[in-house]
Amino acid sequence: MHLAHVLGTVVATIKDPGLVGRALLLVQPLSPDREAVGRPLVAVDSVGAGIGEDVFFVRGREAALPFLPVSVPTDAAITGICDHWTTGDRSPLERRRAAVSTGARKGGR
Amino acid sequence: MRLARVVGSVVSTRKHRALEGAKLLLAQPVDQRGADTGVVQLAVDAVGAGYGELVLVVLEGRAAGAALGQPGAPVDSAIVGIVDPRDGLTSDG
Amino acid sequence: MILGKVVGTVVATRKDERLVGSKLLLVQPILPSGEASGGPIVAVDTVDAGAAETVLVVSGSSARMAAGQSDRPVDAAIVGIVDAVSMNGSG
Repeated sequence: MHLAHVLGTVVATIKDPGLVGRALLLVQPLSPDREAVGRPLVAVDSVGAGIGEDVFFVRGREAALPFLPVSVPTDAAITGICDHWTTGDRSPLERRRAAVSTGARKGGR
Repeated sequence: MRLARVVGSVVSTRKHRALEGAKLLLAQPVDQRGADTGVVQLAVDAVGAGYGELVLVVLEGRAAGAALGQPGAPVDSAIVGIVDPRDGLTSDG
Repeated sequence: MILGKVVGTVVATRKDERLVGSKLLLVQPILPSGEASGGPIVAVDTVDAGAAETVLVVSGSSARMAAGQSDRPVDAAIVGIVDAVSMNGSG
């Protein structure tokens, strides 16, 4: 699964019956530092995401799973909207606290 | 499976129902020396991994769904093991 | 899925028998800006796309989920004809 930013929407009147009624969103895969990774792609939305939101999406044959039993021919599906993500696993405050406690008991984790 | 290092976590309130309660971690694929290879991916955590740990990531949907305890969940990768920190990895490279 | 532009047709008389009757198109992957990106691919057309149209292409095993493709040896299928791409309210 990958992080991505929703760039836009795609409208297609003529499409596979499995895609009818589904939102097609243009997404740009992102690194955790918000740098673009690779080129934008079109993903079928399963969670109600919108333009400007950060999401995560699944690639490959698993992309069809959210829509079963309907057979949706897609290789990318948005499966979640990111509230936020953290790298380093700690907020700045937690990091400061950790630094203080590490200083207190030397050799802490 | 691939080796990866946990570099972060993702919080998502609105997600596919099969992912409810799942812990989502950011995993940076690494080689046998711990050097980064390729781009950071999102994986569901099935073993209680934490930041900085070297982990085993399965990159296949059926296995990932099974690890999550949700067969058929729309996931393509899961953390299924934590490499022992001291001597869990030996290589001649 | 990716956006692509139909740039040609492919005729192959000798092919896997499960591909008989399939329409094969040459599709150039494009960026949202319309700029070409990477090399062209051959995709089976399931929506009767035409020359120069912008289309949606699904790749990998998911291509076999397109209508009528379940037992065909295909890894790319055209599953939609794009009317418009809008970004940040534009288009």
